Amino acid sequence: MSNDTVYLIASLVKAVVIFLAGVHVVPILVILERRISAWVQFRIGPNRVGPLGLFQPLADLVKFISKEDFRPATASPMLFGLGPILTALPPFLVLAMIPLAPSIEIGGRQLALSVVDTDLGLLFVVALSSLSVYGLAIGGWSSDNKYSLLGGLRSSAQMVSYELALGLSALAVVAIAGSVSLPEIVAQQSQFIGFAENGRWAGWNVFAQPLAFILFLIAGFAETNRLPFDLPEAESELVGGYHTEYGGTKFALFFMGEYVAMLAISLMISILFLGGWHFPGDKAVIDWAVGLVGAEGAAISWVTALIGHLALLAKVGFFLFLFIQIRWTLPRFRYDQLMTLGWKVLLPLATANLLLTGAVVSWS
Amino acid sequence: MLAETATAPITGFTPLVPYVLVALTVFAVLMLVPKLLGKRSYSKDKFVAYECGVDPIGSARQRFSVHFYLVAVLFILFDIEAVFLFPWAISLQEIGSAGFISALLFVGVLALGLAYAWRRGVLDWNN
Repeated sequence: MSNDTVYLIASLVKAVVIFLAGVHVVPILVILERRISAWVQFRIGPNRVGPLGLFQPLADLVKFISKEDFRPATASPMLFGLGPILTALPPFLVLAMIPLAPSIEIGGRQLALSVVDTDLGLLFVVALSSLSVYGLAIGGWSSDNKYSLLGGLRSSAQMVSYELALGLSALAVVAIAGSVSLPEIVAQQSQFIGFAENGRWAGWNVFAQPLAFILFLIAGFAETNRLPFDLPEAESELVGGYHTEYGGTKFALFFMGEYVAMLAISLMISILFLGGWHFPGDKAVIDWAVGLVGAEGAAISWVTALIGHLALLAKVGFFLFLFIQIRWTLPRFRYDQLMTLGWKVLLPLATANLLLTGAVVSWS
Repeated sequence: MLAETATAPITGFTPLVPYVLVALTVFAVLMLVPKLLGKRSYSKDKFVAYECGVDPIGSARQRFSVHFYLVAVLFILFDIEAVFLFPWAISLQEIGSAGFISALLFVGVLALGLAYAWRRGVLDWNN
């Protein structure tokens, strides 16, 4: 096999593996969410199916696929089916843009460990993450149910409002890194705290941009419709919001979209603000591991990628836990509070932060 | 350069094709399997929209608050601001203070617009 063939096969395998990994994160998060919520509320939680209840998501899947395929008589047939798919696909497309580890060497070439190897990663992430709003709005409208309609409307207004704060706080990081390429933004944060030789910031961006980090985190919660921003599906006022009329696997697709979006946002926070796969003393650890397994040539990049991937996963795991814990700790906002926070607090703060960053970067 | 790209079979976006195909296949299977496996039963009331046991009055596809439109229009303005600022933020180190001041003017005009909308109560949801 020529090097090109090896590289092509590796790229295709990579794409399928990353998709399957994304799909499998969903049941893991579901069981974690249910066990952690039980733990927060002094309950036991699901513990019957398999050891420690670990097979519960499998039982859920069996239940999902054996449910009746239901649609209200007055719902629009096409759009009713399109809603869940348009909600589940965009988070996976976002996931495709995000590098999961430093690139490895295979077939004599560098293979980026993201599905799509592009310099415009952040731009695509911002563009694609807002596409989920179509799925929710279409699903809510097509159900011909007043709760669904209100849920769909609320989610559209909420997601577009918080997307501004999300984009503008990420722009402050772009100004520091001078790039929208996600691997380059990670490379810029190679030290824990410190400056590069040319006087530019080379530490984790959370220390240079604490405000942008907090804004991005809050907007990330709102973008994924998680508590305290779960107004679109507020069960105590809107029954189920946009998915009131959905059941079975169509409901499962909405669910999958939400959890993969959580994963993607956690990855983005780790990459933009927490140094991605860098951690204090990473060079020493990688040297030690390379010596331990006696790696040479291309194998060195494989060891580096593995360690980097584990470091990134640790950070992502922390944020996923935070997402779950906050859901079971905080009460929900009122709708006017939500819009006030988005437009009157987050947007002006993000703009001011960006201009301040711009002033510092352009004058130094 | 052109010839080079023509011979190179793999670009950065190639793996997206199997990725999206596998994703759509999985979604389609998930949507179709219940049609085969699921139970079926018919009752007239089941197919009525669920509104907590009360019979729905009229269709849900009615007019809704104009506030949602205003938010959407404002969003388009500020989203375009963000899109314009992307190339600005990338090239900030080269364009220096002149580039910064021009962006300041640009953002200033939009900030005036936001202040106007704010004063006119577009951002208030209490009334």
